[in-house]
Formats: sequence, structure tokens, C-alpha cells
Amino acid sequence: MNTSVTIAGVTFKNPVMTASGTFGSGMEYGEFVDLNRLGAVVTKGVANVPWPGNPTPRVAETYGGMLNAIGLQNPGIDVFIERDILFLKQYDTKIIVNVCGKTVEDYCEVVDKLANQPVDMLEINVSCPNVKEGAIAFGQRADALFAITQEIKKHAAQPVIMKLSPNVTDITEMAKAAEAAGADAISLINTITGMKIDVNRRKFVLANKTGGLSGPAIKPVAVRMVYQAAQAVKIPIIGMGGIATAEDALEFILAGATAVSVGAMNFVNPYTTVEVVDGIEEYMRRCQVEDIRELIGAVE
Amino acid sequence: MPQKKKTTAVVRSQTRLTEGIYDMWLDTDLACDARPGQFIGVYPLDQSTLLPRPISICEVNEEKTALRLVYRVVGAGTAEFSAWQAGENVQVLGVLGNGYPLEAGKGRCVALLGGGIGVPPLLETAKALPQVHTFLGYRNADTFLKEDFARYSTLHIATEDGSKGTKGNVLDALRESGLKPDVIMACGPMPMLRAIKQYAEREGVEAYISLEERMACGVGACLGCVVKTKDIDAHSHVRNARICTDGPVFNAKEVDI
Repeated sequence: MNTSVTIAGVTFKNPVMTASGTFGSGMEYGEFVDLNRLGAVVTKGVANVPWPGNPTPRVAETYGGMLNAIGLQNPGIDVFIERDILFLKQYDTKIIVNVCGKTVEDYCEVVDKLANQPVDMLEINVSCPNVKEGAIAFGQRADALFAITQEIKKHAAQPVIMKLSPNVTDITEMAKAAEAAGADAISLINTITGMKIDVNRRKFVLANKTGGLSGPAIKPVAVRMVYQAAQAVKIPIIGMGGIATAEDALEFILAGATAVSVGAMNFVNPYTTVEVVDGIEEYMRRCQVEDIRELIGAVE
Repeated sequence: MPQKKKTTAVVRSQTRLTEGIYDMWLDTDLACDARPGQFIGVYPLDQSTLLPRPISICEVNEEKTALRLVYRVVGAGTAEFSAWQAGENVQVLGVLGNGYPLEAGKGRCVALLGGGIGVPPLLETAKALPQVHTFLGYRNADTFLKEDFARYSTLHIATEDGSKGTKGNVLDALRESGLKPDVIMACGPMPMLRAIKQYAEREGVEAYISLEERMACGVGACLGCVVKTKDIDAHSHVRNARICTDGPVFNAKEVDI
């Protein structure tokens, strides 16, 4: 039975990854799960300099999900290289570093610094809804996405995944723009912009007013967008959005994703990633699937 | 540090202490590692509410097989908890956070200051510190857990309406007692903690305060529950300590609140 998948020449032992921002760099969850069992750890976004993030409250629960407006707090690439990459290197899993920035130059600076690091792929976050400057602006206009993707590809030593925002009218236009600019893969969806109001206090629950919605509540939107994107482009897709079980992950794979990421559900059940790995294997045995790749886009 | 885990606990008992405040004992092996001032995540069974609720540990039984949680009903999750009956199987995550630094209280005059729903987490702390003074602040004569604290400490009460003890807050009660503590350990609403921080700085007293914030993961990954710190910390590098893992107890002089 084969569970491994290949994206842009990088082979993952299984298609299960962690969604950026929900798993740190694996240190906190290493207490709960064996990181060696994951296809890849996708790190929390890192910028060229430390970012303090947004004021609190930064998180709020919503029906079947949650809102977050962390604001991409991160220690900056220099600390990240010395601490987080060093930590992840100890494990037999692939390392995908999520890169964030406010300008194209910011992104490229991080990408340049990662060039000689033991990192397998880069995921470019152009879709965080919680950062005012830059960031999401690149992810909501096809021409801007094309331009930044092209520029990053000039600098990147590793294959590049562009992480797409669901907060667009037509996801296929964004997927096509990334592909045309040379992206090696795309990942989707990032969180859906949302809001929660405390009716007793008549105030916004999040200090940032708006936040990104994640969790099982968004899964049908995510599966639909992965399916649409898969119909529109040839580059591999990493699908995510509310995955809680192997069945959820398989929906994304059948819709056209080559790999999947577990996000907010890590916060709910810290064992989710490994349970999804086990569940996919069990499904393959039960349904006599010899190779996971048979399932990619196999929905009829 | 013992390994954190998500595990099944069994409700041993549930009683209502007063309006909106409940007292629940859970049989759980998390109890064997629990220390005063730590907390656990408790999961609602209703799957529309997914995140663990951070609830502080009020007490650990002598056999270290059960945890006592005294909590306020503040939303859908805690409302569900309050309806749980003995025998219910529930999911918990723990043990989380660092507790009060008991070693800082050894051989010194310690005052525990608790306000409102900040009272419960101090009980196990009071049990662990001999000859400790406790100052508990309440809104009115609903002085829940008073008898428990009286058993383990010299108890002082403050009520906002003056119906019991000192009229005012815990600092008013502390002043009235004439006690000059070397160390304060506190838990309560933010205005109270701010006042304690100022008092401690003015009087040159060491103060350890337990903070709360909306949390998601509870284990230090999501960066939801941060507090500004005075100095650059080792984890964030941007003066943002994580309340769930770097706290919830902080030396008052190290945080900007």
C-alpha cells in the first residue's frame, strides 16, 4: 500500500500536513504526536523581522469553528532559522516554511535567507486576513498575485506553494494566476474573514474586529474551492479547511488535493494529525486502494 | 515537566455553590501531576462548541486521583458543564500552565489575594503553604469557599457592599489587617491585579499574579492568549508571553497589564 505523494519533486511519506499557524513549528504538539508520522510540518508564518501581532482578544469561538486575529506574530527569520528549523531537522518529516511579509521585498528577503537552509518547500502567505498592510492584498487580485509569485520564484531555492485566500469572487482566477506565474503548487483555503459581536457588551469580541474563520464550519466551502481550483490548474493542490477526521481529508483528496493540512482541529484534538494518517490507511485497506494517488481528484 | 495529554475524566460530583458558581469534582489521572495555580482544558460535549475551556484547578484530592473545579457559568460551554451529573464521561486536556512558585513562599510571610472567580485557584495554594494569610474579595455576602479557606489559612474577607468583613476590596482588607507580606500570590479580575501590581511595586513586595485571556489551544501553539511583557522573552522575541504556557502565573513586575 502506498500512501506517499509527490509535489514538485518532493516526496511526502503521507499526504497529511499541518496548516500554518495552527501547529507552531511542532514543538508544542511534539508532546502529543510523533512528528515523524506526519507528511510535513508547515510552520507558522515567518517574516523578515519580528512581528508583535494584534492586541488581545485574538481568538473567539463560533458555531463549529473559531475566529482568530493573531496578526502573524512571529520572532523573525533569524531566530526562526536558529531555533525552529534546527528543531524540525531532528525529525523524519518534510519542512515547509510559511513566509509572510508586508512588501514584495520583505517576502524575498525571507526567501533568500531560507535558500541554504534544510527546508523542503516554501509556502507563501498572501492570504492572511488579519494584517492590514500588504499580505492579503496580494492574494485578492490576480495581477498582484501573479507579480509577487513571479518575483518570489526568481529568489526561491525551494519549490514554492502559493497559499490562496477564499475571500475572492472566483478562486479559479487566483489559482490560474499563481500557476501562470510559475508557482509549483497552491494551498487553499486560508481562513474566511468573519466577525463576532458580544451583544451584552455591544462590542466586537476580537480586538481586531474581524478575524479569520476556521474549523469544521468552513469545510464545505473549502472542499468546493479545492474542487474548482483542481478543475482549473494542473499544479498540485494542498487542501485544507476544517479537517477533523480521515473522512474529511479524503473529501479534499477526492476533490483534487494531492495533500491535506489539519488546522484549527489541532487546537481541539491535539492528536488529529496522526488520527487522520491512521484513518486514511484504514480507509485504503477497507476499500482496497493500493495507492493513495488513485484517489486524487477521483470524485465522480 | 509531566507530559500533557487529552484524556477522559469522569464527573464525580457537581454542586451549585451560589448563583452561577458551580463546584465539580472530576476523577482523572491528570490529578497526579497537578500543582497549585495550574489549569486544565475542559471540552463541552456539544460539538458545535469545539475549544477546550480553560478552568483553574481549585483542589486536588489527597490520593491525587481527582480534581476539583470551581467555575462560573459565563457562556454556552460552562452552562453545559454545570448540567453534568456524576458518572458523565468528559474530555479534558492537561495539566496546563505553570502554577504559583511555592518555593518563593517558603519561610516567608505569604498573602493570597483572590477576587470573585479568582478565589478558587488559591485553595490548593493555601493548602500547600503553612501559616498563610488569605484575603478573599466578594461582591456581597455570597462568600463561596470561605469555609474551605478558613480550614487551611488565616482568613480575611472583603465585600464590596460591606455585608461581610472589610467593606471594599482585598487590598483594603490587607491594609486593615496590618499584615506586611513578603510575597503576594493573587488571582482575580484585571483591575484588582493592576492594583496589586502597583501596591507590590510601591511596597517592594514580590507579587505573583494569575492572568486569564481567551484561549484556543491552551498549549502554546496558537499565540491567542498573549500578555505584553517588560522584557523581550525567549519565545516570541516581541514581548508577548503566552499566558497558557509561560503563565498563567507571572511575576507582576514582568508583565504590562
